[in-house]
Amino acid sequence: MTLKQIEGSQGVAEAVALCRPEVICAYPISPQTHIVEGLGEMVKVGQLRAEFLNVESEFAAMSVAIGSSAAGARTYTATASQGLLFMAEAVFNAAGLGLPIVMTIANRAIGAPINIWNDHSDSMSLRDCGWIQLFAETNQEAIDLHIQAFKLAEELSVPVMVCMDGFILTHAYERVDVPLQEQVDAFLPSFEPRQVLDPARPVSIGAMVGPEAYTEVRVLAHAKQIQALTLIPEIAAQFKAHFGRDSGGLIKPYCCEGAHTVVIALGSVLGTIKDVVDELRTQGCAIGVLGITSFRPFPLTEIRQALQGCQRVLVLEKSFAVGVGGIVATNVRMALDGTGQKVLTVVAGLGGRAITKSSLAATLTAAMNDLLEPFSFMDLQQEVIDRALGRERQIRRSGPVAESVLRDIGSVASQIC
Amino acid sequence: MFQTRIHGRGGQGVVTAAEMLSIAAFLENRHAQAFPNFGSERTGAPVVAFCRIDDKEIRLREPVMAPDAVIIQDPTLLQQVNVFQGLRQDGFMLINSARNYETLGIADVAGTMNPLRCVCVPATELALKFLGRPMPNAVLLGAFARLSGRLAVDSVVAAVRTKFSGVVAEKNITAARAAFDEVARQLTQQAGATHS
Repeated sequence: MTLKQIEGSQGVAEAVALCRPEVICAYPISPQTHIVEGLGEMVKVGQLRAEFLNVESEFAAMSVAIGSSAAGARTYTATASQGLLFMAEAVFNAAGLGLPIVMTIANRAIGAPINIWNDHSDSMSLRDCGWIQLFAETNQEAIDLHIQAFKLAEELSVPVMVCMDGFILTHAYERVDVPLQEQVDAFLPSFEPRQVLDPARPVSIGAMVGPEAYTEVRVLAHAKQIQALTLIPEIAAQFKAHFGRDSGGLIKPYCCEGAHTVVIALGSVLGTIKDVVDELRTQGCAIGVLGITSFRPFPLTEIRQALQGCQRVLVLEKSFAVGVGGIVATNVRMALDGTGQKVLTVVAGLGGRAITKSSLAATLTAAMNDLLEPFSFMDLQQEVIDRALGRERQIRRSGPVAESVLRDIGSVASQIC
Repeated sequence: MFQTRIHGRGGQGVVTAAEMLSIAAFLENRHAQAFPNFGSERTGAPVVAFCRIDDKEIRLREPVMAPDAVIIQDPTLLQQVNVFQGLRQDGFMLINSARNYETLGIADVAGTMNPLRCVCVPATELALKFLGRPMPNAVLLGAFARLSGRLAVDSVVAAVRTKFSGVVAEKNITAARAAFDEVARQLTQQAGATHS
């Protein structure tokens, strides 16, 4: 293995290249662009032998991925935000057809209002499309999850999204251990498709299915996800045997033993939460953290087990379902059905709002003292909301919301965050 | 943990500076994390980048709000952005300017800080002299190595070589070493003044 101090995107590009993809489709969108740029460069200089296709849209990117995967080629692409939404129809098709494509999502908010910064709205909007969704906590884990993702996808014939926080991970330089080619070759066998478009043995892929069988085909897709609940930890164990480190798996408990309160989160914010929890632990607080690596399939049983004995669960989410509340929290409640454990939701980090240790410490302390509302937003400027609602009550033509809020807040250019 | 915040304008290599700083620390077997304050990377717009250095894994992902050091690549930001926000009083302040604190209008801030931890270095002038281009980022890292004492200048030089190659790398390195010497000269002078 080789220790390097590189950008997260470059690390992922190197990891994907080590997996010997045969087709890479690319359409640039921040914050994903550096990944496919890195791969494009490797193809151009001959370091990686693959078809690198610059396509005309994200819809084309996923359509090309579907075609090449169906033809038996190991296929990779990456996108974010509106790009994921633009390819949405094809994303569902890739899952419905059971094609083992691996795609990085460099997590970013969705417009409108247009916003290029990080949150989880994009991945969450397609959480139920049939893809496996794995969330990386660090750039090291992003690298490792991609290597595991190809193995998982191809074993089950299901596509896998590896989700990593845009900018926070993709644009961060940190120390990573990039595996050697022979290590990855020993871990990841060459692609043996379960279905392939082969002129020698013709089949059609993508039949129309009526009411007589649609339910069964869909339930089989669900069965694949349930199989993944067993396979993901197995692959993580194999990964550890080959590469010597823990990466992946379904969930990651941290200081959960004896914890009365457990914070649940996905992705890079887990690091900051762990730092805060360490400090609260030294003050005698019985608090722990549960990271969810596999959001789809959702490990109901494992989460229920990991939360055994705690009184309350605080789910910190980087997205939310407008009109209802927490998305991850709703799933967690399902895992805790009948236990009577309290589940609180706090939405944080939307559109790139910094999640700071001090705000986390205040939120976690409020939760431990039963002072937190069941559903709340961290660092919300409530007065801005109140004034905007007030304007709407007063004036019929109150104008566009985003512009009105920006005018209200005024210039923030002089502030660091 | 040692946290540095770098302020400059889009096109001055602010993000690259933070990355090089992290690489220099990595080359000294330390953990380092560099990242930009995202989104404003347009030419001429204020840009901020951060670098954390520690002896153990860095898990924290918040922006650097209470830096141990600030590097100001463009002194015109002093009146525009709150570049000193959260800076510790015993922290380090490195400003790219041929002028002094009074003419820069920051005598009040500089007055509260340890004079042996604050310097103005004409990095743009040094860059023009050695590179022929007004790129102060690598130059300032040479100065920062001396001012902070946290990194060997040779680590900075090695980091510069990972980002630039050939003549451009060598010219940057010459300028960075000149900035290192300039800070050494100023600190010696300052120590003498403080002593007498």
